[in-house]
Amino acid sequence: MADILAENLTIEFPVYETSKRSFKRALVKAATGGMLAVDNSQHVTVRALNGLNFHFCDGDRVGLLGHNGSGKSTLLRVLAGAYEPISGKITVQGRVASMLNVWLGMIIDATGRDNIYLRCAVMGMRPREIDRVVDDIIEFSELGDYIHMPLRTYSSGMQMRLAFSIATSVAADIVLMDEWLSAGDAAFTSKAQARLSTLLDRAGIFVVASHSEDLIRATCNKMMRLDHGNLVELVDLKATM
Amino acid sequence: MPDSRSPIARARDDLVAGFTSIYLWPILGWQDIKQRYRRSVIGPFWLTLSYGILILCMGPLYGKLLQQDMSSYLPFLAVGFVVWMLISSLITEACTAFTSADGYITQMKLPFTVHVLRVVWRNVLVFAHNSIIVVIVVILATPSLSWALLTVPLGVLAIAVNGLWIGIVFGMLCARFRDFTQVIATFVQVAFFVTPVMWRPEMLGRYQWAADWNPIYHLIETVRAPIFSGSVNPTSWMVAIGIAVAGFALALCLLAKYRSRIAYWL
Repeated sequence: MADILAENLTIEFPVYETSKRSFKRALVKAATGGMLAVDNSQHVTVRALNGLNFHFCDGDRVGLLGHNGSGKSTLLRVLAGAYEPISGKITVQGRVASMLNVWLGMIIDATGRDNIYLRCAVMGMRPREIDRVVDDIIEFSELGDYIHMPLRTYSSGMQMRLAFSIATSVAADIVLMDEWLSAGDAAFTSKAQARLSTLLDRAGIFVVASHSEDLIRATCNKMMRLDHGNLVELVDLKATM
Repeated sequence: MPDSRSPIARARDDLVAGFTSIYLWPILGWQDIKQRYRRSVIGPFWLTLSYGILILCMGPLYGKLLQQDMSSYLPFLAVGFVVWMLISSLITEACTAFTSADGYITQMKLPFTVHVLRVVWRNVLVFAHNSIIVVIVVILATPSLSWALLTVPLGVLAIAVNGLWIGIVFGMLCARFRDFTQVIATFVQVAFFVTPVMWRPEMLGRYQWAADWNPIYHLIETVRAPIFSGSVNPTSWMVAIGIAVAGFALALCLLAKYRSRIAYWL
């Protein structure tokens, strides 16, 4: 059971580094980024998300579209539970698998095997659960004996393979992704695509941020367009077809 | 479902969830140490070795300067200094508990207590390595063996528990007000000289109250007193427990009020 409900969701980042003086004529709408403002405690703030309302439920495949700084990644981080809204409400039900940063927790000097345990622990798995998936991860990544070598010795493609294999080894109700994950050479990519789609098929809700409208239209049933932190449109792709 | 419970209840949940993430913070803390000594032959035992050298050099020097009997001063210094190092690194590293975990905090949901427990655990592990020297020195110098020695681990635990609230409070303050890190660093530097680590409080004569009013002195005494006086110092334990209770009340209030803001400060 997966469910995401946002009611008037607003996120505002305070910027402590700048004095508001440099923004005297400010509050000008910039070409990119959220809206700049000065809050009541006289700090410059960036309003990254501005009063968003939406409801996603089981079966929703949501594509987020928007320019740089439109709030796509911020929204994903809010869904991941990192930021609590300044005002409004966000309710997320279900186990979330965040693939926003598949490197989080990994250590370049540790072996591939150690990194599997580290990364999985960060994703919330217990050692016994990790024991169950570790062989599958090693096999899928095709790293062979390199799994006993430090990550430092891997090529970037090999590192990506490992990160991908770990990230896609955990089942979840809600999957969050910033651009589609891809890894390795042509042969591995097709294998990876297959593994990713099985994972996504099992997930209740999938939210992906992307710059490619075509890809979103091909894989998602809902498309959400953000601009300067505002929800511009939320299109039901299946209905328009 | 968020928002349904009071802020204090949610702060308490954070503490509980942090503790029960027993599969996570010990690994993170241990990796921090492993990372520091990777590819070194004796690894974290460099901690042991360098502490041994420090005591061997400082001991005779300060023993002479302060005109102390070496056989009793050396163990006194070895025990006091290692406990001081635990307390001081808990305080200074508390300042970066959240700022150095920004990658985690801004991208995923973890109990904030996990990041503090990582710091506390890391320092307890360092202490464990250093205390090998303490055990050697104490055995060689044969102070009074007594049942009170059994409270030594409890003293270390009391310091670690205090380290937890310090980590939450200082971690939050330093995340929001970055100057605080420097303030604390300065404070810790001064605290080393005014706390009876290198010297005994009796040496102050009629100014001994200066030590008695120093909470860090009492934290050290929960470990040091049973080793050298063969008895537990009730005042020190009352102070250690007292500041823990007050500290956790403060930590809980800060967490309740500002927990959701920490991610925005990083």
